[in-house]
Amino acid sequence: MFTNRPFLSAACALTLLAALCGCDQKMRYQPRYQPSDQSDFAAFEDHRTGRPTIEGTVARGQLYADTLLHTGKAPDGSDSSEYPFSITREVLERGQQRFNISCSPCHGRTGDGNGMIVQRGMVQPPSYHDDRLTTAPPGYIVNVIGNGFGRMFKQPQVTVRDRWAIAAYIKALQISQNADPAEVPPEVRDQATAATRPEAVKP
Amino acid sequence: MAVHFEDGGKRFVTQLFSKSANSLARMSIIIGVFTLAGAGAVGALFYRSPYYTNQNVVRSQPVPFSHEHHVAGLGIDCRFCHFNVETSAYAGIPPTHVCMTCHSQVWTEAGVLEPVRESYRTGESIEWQKVHRLADYAYFNHSAHINKGVGCASCHGQVDDMRLMFQNETLQMSWCLECHREPERFVRPKDEVFNMAWTAVDQKALGAQLVEEYDIQSKVTCTTCHR
Repeated sequence: MFTNRPFLSAACALTLLAALCGCDQKMRYQPRYQPSDQSDFAAFEDHRTGRPTIEGTVARGQLYADTLLHTGKAPDGSDSSEYPFSITREVLERGQQRFNISCSPCHGRTGDGNGMIVQRGMVQPPSYHDDRLTTAPPGYIVNVIGNGFGRMFKQPQVTVRDRWAIAAYIKALQISQNADPAEVPPEVRDQATAATRPEAVKP
Repeated sequence: MAVHFEDGGKRFVTQLFSKSANSLARMSIIIGVFTLAGAGAVGALFYRSPYYTNQNVVRSQPVPFSHEHHVAGLGIDCRFCHFNVETSAYAGIPPTHVCMTCHSQVWTEAGVLEPVRESYRTGESIEWQKVHRLADYAYFNHSAHINKGVGCASCHGQVDDMRLMFQNETLQMSWCLECHREPERFVRPKDEVFNMAWTAVDQKALGAQLVEEYDIQSKVTCTTCHR
């Protein structure tokens, strides 16, 4: 039987073919970490693969030397009325997008403080349109986003440039809610009226 | 079958097998072929089955987090929690701090949220189980897809309808290639990427236009994903 060459070759081929089943695994899960993976390395007591920076070190690009940009504070320590970069339409649109993502769940899309989470039991934040906040400089808003205020948690996931864009958008939002229709350019005035009060444009 | 002997001019023919052995031989060949083909088919089905791909399989999680409630019910944008998705390869699981932004005030007594509160108290991680696990030899980048107009729903399905998270697609290479070969069939406007309800009115015309506008190339070389 074992001198039967074709049979022997076929048997060998089949055995090797079956062995292929085992080839997948090592390549599929390689000995390296994916983001948020768990680590079994004994020195990492919290079992996280993402390691915090060692105290006293500054990662490249994370030296926050620009006080105005990173804290919203003017050189004298007060909340800055100046922006660290110029506010263009693009920045405002970015601010609108980020506001709607990160702020509107509680503060509402118009900033009245009646967002969906508030309707579900969150304590209502103050409206952006009361006197204290309409007069607050943009640096104040940047500071609140970065450090939190009252029951509002700090929002470190919002980048510093986005905090300024949001602040600029909130300032625009405040103007929009107390706007004098005479100041609105005529070509968009009709559009705005039609969008907010459909009955107003009916003949 | 027969064996022939020559012996002093005489010729003997000895029958070693009965006649039925012929049909037995034929049958065993046919059965052998069917068995091999069947084994191949079973193998192919196995590698496409949820058992192997994890498609539609719900993982047990420390907290029964409902995307349906948070996305469809409350209207929270994907990026409120997955804030890295536009700039990073990895979409990111939100840190406990993000959960507690609301849950320090809302549902503070809920038993299902105890692991979240415990994580916040102790600083220990919540051990979420990864739902979409690609093989380590495939390098996927979220930001590259998001910034070229691939919608979340195109790969993750109707997440706004998922009470518990599961993998909506096979995540097999043939599935990736469907879009990599013909991106115009799936691409959408960039400002609709995070919109779970978006559908194309005329995908053929729109797809062709967007592929042109966003400079989307059909990327099918091995090194696009395998490095």
